[in-house]
Amino acid sequence: MTDIVSPVQGVVVSKAPERRDIGLKRRYAAERRFRAYGIAAISFGLIFLAILLTSVISKGYTAFQQTAITLPIEFSEKTIDPNNKRATDPSVLVAANYAPLIRDAMIKALNLNPSSRPDLRDAAAMISKGAPIQLRDMVVADPSLIGKTVSVTLLADANIDSANKGQIDLNVDEKNRKVNDKQVGWMNQLAADGTLHKKFNTGLFVNGNSSRPEAAGLGVALIGSLYLMLIVLALSLPIGVAASIYLEEFAPKNKLTDLIEVNINNLAAVPSIVYGLLGLAVFINFAGLPRSASLVGGLVLSLMTLPTIIIATRAALRAVPPSIRAAALGLGASKMQMVFHHVLPLAMPGILTGTIIGLAHALGETAPLLLIGMVAFVANAPATPMEPSTALPVQVYMWANEAERAFVERTSGAIIVLLLFLVVMNFGAILLRRRFERRW
Amino acid sequence: MGTSIILLCLVVLGAVAYLAARSRATALAGGKSSALHSRPGYYGVYAAIWAVLPALILLCAWLAISPSIIESSVRGAFPDDVKAQPAAQQNLNYGMVSAIARGLPLLTADEVAGAADDPAGLQAKLAAKGVPLAGPPQPYMIEAAQKLNAESGSSRLVMTALVLVLAVAGAFYALREVAPRFRARNRVERVMLWGLLLASSIAILTTIGIVLSMLTEAAHFFAAVPAADFFFGTVWDPRFAGAGSSSFGQFGLIPLLLGTLYIGFVAMLVAVPVGLFAAIYMAEYAAPRVRSIAKPLLEVLAGIPTIVYGFFALVTVGPFLRDLSSQVSGLLSGNYTNFIQAQSVLTAGIVMGIMLIPYVSSLSDDIITAVPRALRDGSLGLGATRSETIKKVVLPAALPGIVGALLMTASRAIGETMIVVLAAGVAARIQINPFEPMTTVTVKIVNQLTGDLEFTSPQTLVAFALGITLFFITLCLNIYALYIVRKYREQYE
Repeated sequence: MTDIVSPVQGVVVSKAPERRDIGLKRRYAAERRFRAYGIAAISFGLIFLAILLTSVISKGYTAFQQTAITLPIEFSEKTIDPNNKRATDPSVLVAANYAPLIRDAMIKALNLNPSSRPDLRDAAAMISKGAPIQLRDMVVADPSLIGKTVSVTLLADANIDSANKGQIDLNVDEKNRKVNDKQVGWMNQLAADGTLHKKFNTGLFVNGNSSRPEAAGLGVALIGSLYLMLIVLALSLPIGVAASIYLEEFAPKNKLTDLIEVNINNLAAVPSIVYGLLGLAVFINFAGLPRSASLVGGLVLSLMTLPTIIIATRAALRAVPPSIRAAALGLGASKMQMVFHHVLPLAMPGILTGTIIGLAHALGETAPLLLIGMVAFVANAPATPMEPSTALPVQVYMWANEAERAFVERTSGAIIVLLLFLVVMNFGAILLRRRFERRW
Repeated sequence: MGTSIILLCLVVLGAVAYLAARSRATALAGGKSSALHSRPGYYGVYAAIWAVLPALILLCAWLAISPSIIESSVRGAFPDDVKAQPAAQQNLNYGMVSAIARGLPLLTADEVAGAADDPAGLQAKLAAKGVPLAGPPQPYMIEAAQKLNAESGSSRLVMTALVLVLAVAGAFYALREVAPRFRARNRVERVMLWGLLLASSIAILTTIGIVLSMLTEAAHFFAAVPAADFFFGTVWDPRFAGAGSSSFGQFGLIPLLLGTLYIGFVAMLVAVPVGLFAAIYMAEYAAPRVRSIAKPLLEVLAGIPTIVYGFFALVTVGPFLRDLSSQVSGLLSGNYTNFIQAQSVLTAGIVMGIMLIPYVSSLSDDIITAVPRALRDGSLGLGATRSETIKKVVLPAALPGIVGALLMTASRAIGETMIVVLAAGVAARIQINPFEPMTTVTVKIVNQLTGDLEFTSPQTLVAFALGITLFFITLCLNIYALYIVRKYREQYE
């Protein structure tokens, strides 16, 4: 019966049978399209990342420089203390009007006509409105300045600062911009003789908030964020590690531990603003802690970071192989000793990586801090975590709401500072992981 | 003695107890630590725990309870006509009393003695010391303040004494127990275990705290505004009630909820296709080198704080879309008016979608890579192309996980705050044009709570009602996601 399969006699075999059309061309085209979609999706994400970063950096890098004007200021006694009473009544120094000193210095520097009021007004507008206070503080600190002529570096007004950095389009009609042609001429004149110059903006890192863009800084926000991070670290790391140790190593498998597990996973997904409401209701209304204080912010952010740290710590504990545990127990260690002497140290790199990532999230978190009042306008650095303070992302939010053009630059500058901190933290986490993580 | 000094004393006492018990244990064992049940350090820790823990618990309890006891005692001593006043007025009175009590120690003895005759003068004097009063104090208030000061002073004295005595007693008790056969380690470890259990119960306490705190505050709100008006109202207009007017305005949830869902929908329209395709490409096609660069870069998007996205939407995306729309309408009709507002559903949705891309992509990436190799090999071996394998085999196998991931992403979109605060607008209205501003639940929570409002008005309390709504929506989404993932997960060997 084998000859049944043999080819039928007489069939011409010279031509190969036609291949059935299985749409290969079409299918390969679909394959290429599908692949292109994937590349397009990734490029879309990366392009937006690039646009976001360049948009922020190009708007913000100029914030690290600031225009200043160095003028020889004559601290004339006639203006500050005309009746010579400062020996008996020091408050005259505080109450005196220091603006004329600057006006006089500008008149000399620009050879103005002292009787032309519009000229004087325009010239005075070139200097920050905070400059008289700067002079006042100098005189109050050292009354012997009176009568001397000292060269003082004053901040330029935010509009002059923008013009000097080329951010104001000078082709626009003079009426529609905040700096008029006369001021631009003076600015160029002062810049040519070195009186007006750019310097590194230390004020951005030192000053508190201010309604004048040129004087506004991140000082309070940086201190507030530092307090927040310290509190979060001090609370959520030990509590998170302790909770994960219990759940991973000791907890009996029962309904309660199941509930805690589900709970932690859900807490990780609760919107951050809900934590803000919790902080407002529990810590401020119920426990009576002060509003706007970084202590409350730290507590709220700790609760928010806790699930992240617990999840990371449990993963790190689980990654330690059972042989380590068995060896420790076999040598007579108690379960507690096994965990604290052997498992925990081996899991530490993973735990710290998770903690740093959790902290980085907490550092960028804004919404809960808004609700507990850390949006307060704070000009002076808080000495303790109980005092009103603000935080970096909240400062970004407050400046983003300001209408003035110069604040856009400040906001972008603040974002750059915030992102730099995040980059450093995440980079640290990656280094830690690369350096210490063990693969079993 | 201040609380911090008491704490310092406790630390010192604990250290002393530790050292004493340790050396006692070594001495009892005659220098041979093998004669001891536990290592000497454990005896030390045991004594330190006895010295510090009971005293600390007493201290915390006393600090938590004594103020309310003293308050009721001081209020009990108020004159009868004051006690007859309404509760709010009484609270104000007590606030004055405690302010005076804070200020009195700052004054000299003569000034305190003259205070009763010259209440207005006292107010000025206290203001000069940095303690402002709401109004001129009445004589009974000064008496009450003195009583308050005296009682809290003696309470503090008793507390200090009791705490220290308890600490010393605890230390001595533990020291007496130290013996070579004493199982110190087991005792210490039991305390540690309780500590660990306490730490893990904080997660539960947080959830209970969230639910309880918001429910109580929301209950206050629903006492003033009927729940039906809130949940089914279509107008959001929380007028700030003037003095004497009883109207609170309208608190309709519907426009906010629609805005939230609409913006979340636009965001998902951006995030889901992009994130899903990115995940598929990275899991199935990308060479390891490309993957190792592109994946972390995409995840940078998840690490950027949302306030940065909000600012980006406010100053870059919004104006860009507005200008683009005016150019487009100019080209089409010659009329250069923008039809997209700078703050709009579209702006907020697109930017939020970009933020969500990494959530979708990394969650789905994990799920796609978890599909076993054998399924793919089988499909490829039958002659399917890779894209066919992905569409017909891998994605169906990964579907429950992907749906779960998308639900979790959606819950994040609904709870997102800072982007919508800056980019979505504040006008609460019901409309379908994505180029117009709408507002969300989270925006209104922030708006209602960032003013200087008194804490009892419905205008602020509504934030808690909104918050509990938000909490339950996201909770349901997450639980449902978990349920889907668990129920439909393919079991592979």
